[in-house]
Amino acid sequence: MTTVADSPWTRQRGNRAARLARASALAGVRAKTVEAGAIVALLEALIEPGDRVCLEGDNQKQADFLARALTQVAPARVHDLHMVQSVLSLPEHLDVFELGIASRLDFSFSGPQAARLAQLLGQGKLQIGAIHTYLELFGRYFIDLTPKVSLIAAQAADAQGNLYTGPNTEDTPAIVEATAFKSGIVVAQVNEIVDRLPRVDIPADWVDFVVKAPQPAFIEPLFTRDPAQISEIQVLMAMMAIKGIYAEYGVQSLNHGIGFDTAAIELLLPTYGERLGLKGKICRHWALNPHPALIPAIEAGWVESVHSFGSELGMEDYIRARPDVFFTGADGSLRSNRAFCQAAGHYACDLFIGSTLQMDMQGNSSTATLGRIAGFGGAPNMGADARGRRHASEAWLKAGREARSGLSGARGTPRGQKLVVQMVETFREHMQPAFVETLDAWKLAEQAKLALPPIMIYGDDVTHVLTEEGIANLLLCRDDEEREQAIRGVAGFTPAGQWRDRAMVERLRQRGVIRRPADLGIDPRDATRNLLAARTMRDLVRASGGLYQPPRRFRNW
Amino acid sequence: MNASFAELSARERLAAVVDAGSFHEWLPPSERVMSPHLAQLGVPAAFDDGVAIGRATLAGRVIFVAAQEGEFMGGGVGEVHGAKLAGLLRRALRDRPAAVVLLAESGGVRLHEANAGLIAVSEVMRALLDVRAAGIPTIVLIGGANGCFGGMGIVARCADTVVMSDIARHAMSGPEVIESAHGAGEFDSRDRALVWRTTGGKHRWLTGDCDELVEDDPDAFRAAAIAALAAHGPLTLAALQQESALLQRRADVDGDNADAFELWSRLGVDDARAVPDLDADAVRARRPVAMAPLATGGA
Amino acid sequence: MAGMETLHYAFDGGRALPPFAPALVGVVASGNLEVLVEPAAGTGCRIDVDTSARGFGPIWEAVLRDFHARHGLGGLVVSIHDMGATPAVVSLRLDQAISAIGGATP
Repeated sequence: MTTVADSPWTRQRGNRAARLARASALAGVRAKTVEAGAIVALLEALIEPGDRVCLEGDNQKQADFLARALTQVAPARVHDLHMVQSVLSLPEHLDVFELGIASRLDFSFSGPQAARLAQLLGQGKLQIGAIHTYLELFGRYFIDLTPKVSLIAAQAADAQGNLYTGPNTEDTPAIVEATAFKSGIVVAQVNEIVDRLPRVDIPADWVDFVVKAPQPAFIEPLFTRDPAQISEIQVLMAMMAIKGIYAEYGVQSLNHGIGFDTAAIELLLPTYGERLGLKGKICRHWALNPHPALIPAIEAGWVESVHSFGSELGMEDYIRARPDVFFTGADGSLRSNRAFCQAAGHYACDLFIGSTLQMDMQGNSSTATLGRIAGFGGAPNMGADARGRRHASEAWLKAGREARSGLSGARGTPRGQKLVVQMVETFREHMQPAFVETLDAWKLAEQAKLALPPIMIYGDDVTHVLTEEGIANLLLCRDDEEREQAIRGVAGFTPAGQWRDRAMVERLRQRGVIRRPADLGIDPRDATRNLLAARTMRDLVRASGGLYQPPRRFRNW
Repeated sequence: MNASFAELSARERLAAVVDAGSFHEWLPPSERVMSPHLAQLGVPAAFDDGVAIGRATLAGRVIFVAAQEGEFMGGGVGEVHGAKLAGLLRRALRDRPAAVVLLAESGGVRLHEANAGLIAVSEVMRALLDVRAAGIPTIVLIGGANGCFGGMGIVARCADTVVMSDIARHAMSGPEVIESAHGAGEFDSRDRALVWRTTGGKHRWLTGDCDELVEDDPDAFRAAAIAALAAHGPLTLAALQQESALLQRRADVDGDNADAFELWSRLGVDDARAVPDLDADAVRARRPVAMAPLATGGA
Repeated sequence: MAGMETLHYAFDGGRALPPFAPALVGVVASGNLEVLVEPAAGTGCRIDVDTSARGFGPIWEAVLRDFHARHGLGGLVVSIHDMGATPAVVSLRLDQAISAIGGATP
């Protein structure tokens, strides 16, 4: 008779049992509880060469204690690991490659380690499987990138091994579900072990080991933007976004990519948006991290709901006090979920607006520059038309009509379209033009031997390009030449902009394909910082009634 | 939401503080009295070398006024900038306005101009003390995000009256300088809450180094300047003795260079830890009597 | 030795404004500029630029040409001290300066 261990159909289970047996034999491991000093030995017992390992590097939350421990395993025992993770954030995430512990990588975002990643790739110290958008990577956890061992971070565990992930739940549910239900092993670092959790985010059944980390897990405040840094040009562009797009299409649900320009939009809703009579008509439902800059709009009654990918340091008490707006547990704290929020942003939002570093004359945009591999994060998902969407909204139908006007056949079949807006100043820092004939991404693809240039958002999906010069509505462009001239028409004094066909650009303006501030009834001299509902961090604190507590680095009073 | 004093440019602040339309500028931008040093260093000069000076009225009384532009070279005092300030003060000795009001925002000496900047600042100090000696009130308003540091910090403290908002800072050495010299363990310049409770308006108010604490509001600064002008009287022996007692009390309780929270508690401030989050009015009410300088200038 | 770049432009055929006092807008700070507008004889518009961001002459020319086309003013001299402002900020300050001397909205 074949035993569980012998059956060709249960090999993974048998293997899992063997790993767990090795681990439970270690000193410092008692049932699910692991002493901090035993963590390296635990990882050496649990991980086998060639394993696919997910190390929780979320956008904000990092399993930093486990990351450090992984760099300390003996490469002779643990090598050729295939790392799958959302974000490369910590130096340890790349140390494992330099140390010969890992050799292959699939990920989504690597902003903080972009330069070093490019270096290591160039030196042949790692191979990249692919760079993904978050939801795509999570999807592959259930198809062909299922982790064998997942090293995750939670706020707290109880004696049974139930986990509380709290406001920064982020990617954890997606990672653990894929791992636990395919004979994988889940090791969690926690900040504390308590008798009773505020709520259960991950059931104990799904967790194999818990270790209390010597220091609380590292969380980065990525979504805080000091209003004092918002420029007049950004105020101008925000005014155009609100009047020229949000109001024009009646945008009810949306996602803002993080940046000072989107912070300006958030801070203009209660003032400029109010003046235009738009409250209740736009911006009611948000897929958004808890941006402090949204506080004034929330307080003024603009916002019905916010679902978040993660949390933001300092916003905890404010969120607790606003459970009618945010998604919170019975314990009162935020419940974020990157996978669900990405799905929401893709299918349930009328509009995505974000910025970029470079755009070409077809509207393709990229943040890739030579010598840096930064990856994509969520933008490709948020900034893509949701072709599976079927429910209608005013904005979605109007965009779809504009896009398909004059088309016939399959391409002309009536359907809606998501508004995807790229908002960018024509010149970046050091007078680098944002508009170029050829994206750096092409050179990077050659350099890094990527199958395709790392394009963040395809021009095909972009519906509007918004610069300080105006808005180009690509939905109304009938062919590639019009699209190119529409983009050049808002590219200002950059070389790409100066190459415009002036007569054609003027005709596009007559047709409303290009609209300048004046065409929208906006005088750039009115775009002052006085329009912002909050001009400083302290204004945000006051707007929140003292509930918002900015991280130290933002304090100046 | 109220206007912010810190947000305004130097010229806008000046216009907001003095009586509307009363400012007459000396050596205006069109006269191009600029730094002779900056061009050689590849640094753009400013038409007014970063300070606007002139005559105006405040509640109807003639004053001389200067406003430093903190965004230009950090408000650093160069040769021409310093000469404009010193010249304004010397003219006050001749014309005897009701007060000299200085809207200060500066990192101190403009290092690009080296010795010329150092000399300029010391000339400003001497001129200001001469103006005080002549019995003309000198009122300094500190409300910019860059604060008032270095030699200008000393100049400001030499004045009769110092008015600060709680965003403002007033000290000699800048936070980064202290950290470089003594290490982050001694003073972590990135701990902004620490920086503000060591050099900010609330700390200066509670420990008797500023005469009025206001909100970050141009109207509040204007009102404080007018009140300072109205309350000004000659320097008396009693005031000097009060000042001496205040300094002695501070020295007595602060023998171990404690953190500001500890110092405030020892001086008698209730619930010191709550201070950073209170607004200016609430903090004003908490100053221990022993830390209030006897009024010679301020309220 | 690193230094400033000085650029001069002159445009013809502008319409004169009512007499005005010199006006200054902006501040010399990183990414910003100050603009001084003064009356001058004749119908021309002269623009003098001192900038720490060297090598952008052609862009300045295009921006200032656009400025002149937008307002069409004569009898003035515009003096600029620039510290690397983008064309967007330059155009904004120029428009603010014209407002300050009583120029109409273009």
